[in-house]
Amino acid sequence: MNIHEYQAKAILADYGVTILKGAMAETLEDAVQAAEILGGKSWVVKAQIHAGGRGKAGGIKLVKSRAELEETVKKMLGMRLITHQTGSEGKLVKKIYLEETAVIKKEYYLGIVLDRAKEMPVIIASTEGGVEIEKVAAETPEKIVKVAVDPLIGFRSFHARELVFGLGLTTIQQKSFSHFVKALYHAYYQKECNLIEINPLILNDKDEFIALDAKMGFDDNALFRHQEIRNLQDLDEEEPSELEAGSFGLNYIKLEGNVGCMVNGAGLAMSTMDIIKHEGGEPANFLDVGGAASAETVTKGFEIILRDPGVKAIFVNIFGGIVRCDRIARGILDATGASGVQIPLIIRLDGTNSKEAVKILQQAKIDNIITATDLADGARKAVKAAGEMGR
Amino acid sequence: MSILVNKQSKVLVQGFTGKEATFHSEQCLSYGTNIVGGVTPGKGGQIHLGKPVFNTVREAVRATGADVSMILVPSAFAADAIMEAAAAEIRVIVCITEGIPVQDVMYAKKYVKDKGSVLIGPNCPGIITSEESKIGIMPGFVFKKGTIGLISKSGTLTYEMAKQIVINGAGISTAIGIGGDPIIGTTFVDLLKLFKDDPETEAVVMIGEIGGDLEIQAADYIEQEFTKPVVAFIAGQTAPRGKRMGHAGAIIAGSKGTAIEKMNALKNAGVNIAETPAVVGETIVKIMKNKE
Repeated sequence: MNIHEYQAKAILADYGVTILKGAMAETLEDAVQAAEILGGKSWVVKAQIHAGGRGKAGGIKLVKSRAELEETVKKMLGMRLITHQTGSEGKLVKKIYLEETAVIKKEYYLGIVLDRAKEMPVIIASTEGGVEIEKVAAETPEKIVKVAVDPLIGFRSFHARELVFGLGLTTIQQKSFSHFVKALYHAYYQKECNLIEINPLILNDKDEFIALDAKMGFDDNALFRHQEIRNLQDLDEEEPSELEAGSFGLNYIKLEGNVGCMVNGAGLAMSTMDIIKHEGGEPANFLDVGGAASAETVTKGFEIILRDPGVKAIFVNIFGGIVRCDRIARGILDATGASGVQIPLIIRLDGTNSKEAVKILQQAKIDNIITATDLADGARKAVKAAGEMGR
Repeated sequence: MSILVNKQSKVLVQGFTGKEATFHSEQCLSYGTNIVGGVTPGKGGQIHLGKPVFNTVREAVRATGADVSMILVPSAFAADAIMEAAAAEIRVIVCITEGIPVQDVMYAKKYVKDKGSVLIGPNCPGIITSEESKIGIMPGFVFKKGTIGLISKSGTLTYEMAKQIVINGAGISTAIGIGGDPIIGTTFVDLLKLFKDDPETEAVVMIGEIGGDLEIQAADYIEQEFTKPVVAFIAGQTAPRGKRMGHAGAIIAGSKGTAIEKMNALKNAGVNIAETPAVVGETIVKIMKNKE
């Protein structure tokens, strides 16, 4: 789960991370009031969406007067911001964050992420701030300092020393940085994040480190013990069909293709997408109805897939292991009736009682149901059917 | 032979009396798995599925001599169950439970390693030595005895692969679902090492997916030390970046962990890459025939 910049900064401030004074606003009035409370004569207006690249896309503006502030906020609230991370539709800006300005002497990068190979969090710092860290890693890896923190000992002074000397900081800067990174690590650890990114981390004219931007991602599996984080979820930022699927225990991700997929198991679901592409089609979605597919999950799955007008055929690929295929076949027939599937339905059921299942489907004599014998056969038939429907 | 488990394995089920655990324990028993008992705190002394129930793993081990454990407890308690098993010196701990917080697994794995036990999973279908012992939730009938070792990050895709192997006239020695979480107990490399020394296993099929770099580690190991034929398939060639594809660990972070990157590494290590999931069985069987 991800949260907004303003929410991340509030959490980090609680841990002692230095941030600038700021306030979130959803209306022009709130923004003007916030500016008055913040004081000063210039502010930064930042669009609050869950995507990077806001600056280049016009989602971050420096304003130098009250009139400019009003004009900018009016324009930004309600606009669709298109960045390299939002897709072509962009994201609707419903909230802005107003922040005081700062003197920037230098920009750094500081992030914490789970290192899957080392199986522990790793702190990544760089003297190159404000650009994508992957770009720095590819072009000038010597400008990156990485320190893994073994959870058995936690964050120690030597970790901080490795970072500050690695970055070549002065004695005064070292103190501020050490304090900052220690606080950041504690937030990462206690809130069970999978990512914190401060980019840029700025050094001001008083040699203090301040988080100019903040991004936090959390381990979904740990949210059950972090209700305070769950409360921060902004439903406007999520794909509605993906949220709905999730509430029924389905895992759905919308894609751009024409062949809808309904599969049990994540690995098989990914493979089904792959083989559709291999056969010359484009998968319209990823959908895992769970290892043990049931009539209910299948019905819901059809409903969600069919909402996508791009879908011209659906490939149902279920390996019924312990769940019996004849039961699934009956479930599919019920679901087809209930959700009114009109487009071709290519069904491949394998596993226990698969022969009976095929018989059940064939005896039902439904025009748009096509049975398939295996994975490749199903994918081929689905791609062909979708192609014919699309014409 | 085979790896990790066989007919002699004495299996304990943690969370034994739960609904899911009861169902899957019955399936395991009918496959022939030697389940010697189970653990459900507070239900010690009862008999369930004809086997004794204990309050703690330590008690159960003392009474039954169990050396393998299958964990089917809710995710909030699973890491504790893993560590309890390791503390009681269970040799092979198979954790089926999905949705365990990463931080919990991080600690549990370190502890298990420290105790010298093996953790399989979490978030996996388990392990099966064909026609001997099934410790997991896979459909046993798919796995016919043979000489191919199977390692996979996925559940149903493993069954698909096993079926393909059998249809093509071969069989499986041991199949292990290693799970799709960001941190897992046993990796491709760990198992390749065991298959290397297993005389019954002549070739290996490995099924990877996007996210992390375990497949790349496997490629390095295979290149240096593994001489048996390997066929690999990597799922998620069409997966979009930055999206979690069902498994907690199946995510392309930035530009890292793509299917193509893994396929290239494996290809360079001499592994035969199955271009689609539909040709894995025929590919491995063909390679083995050519070898003869």
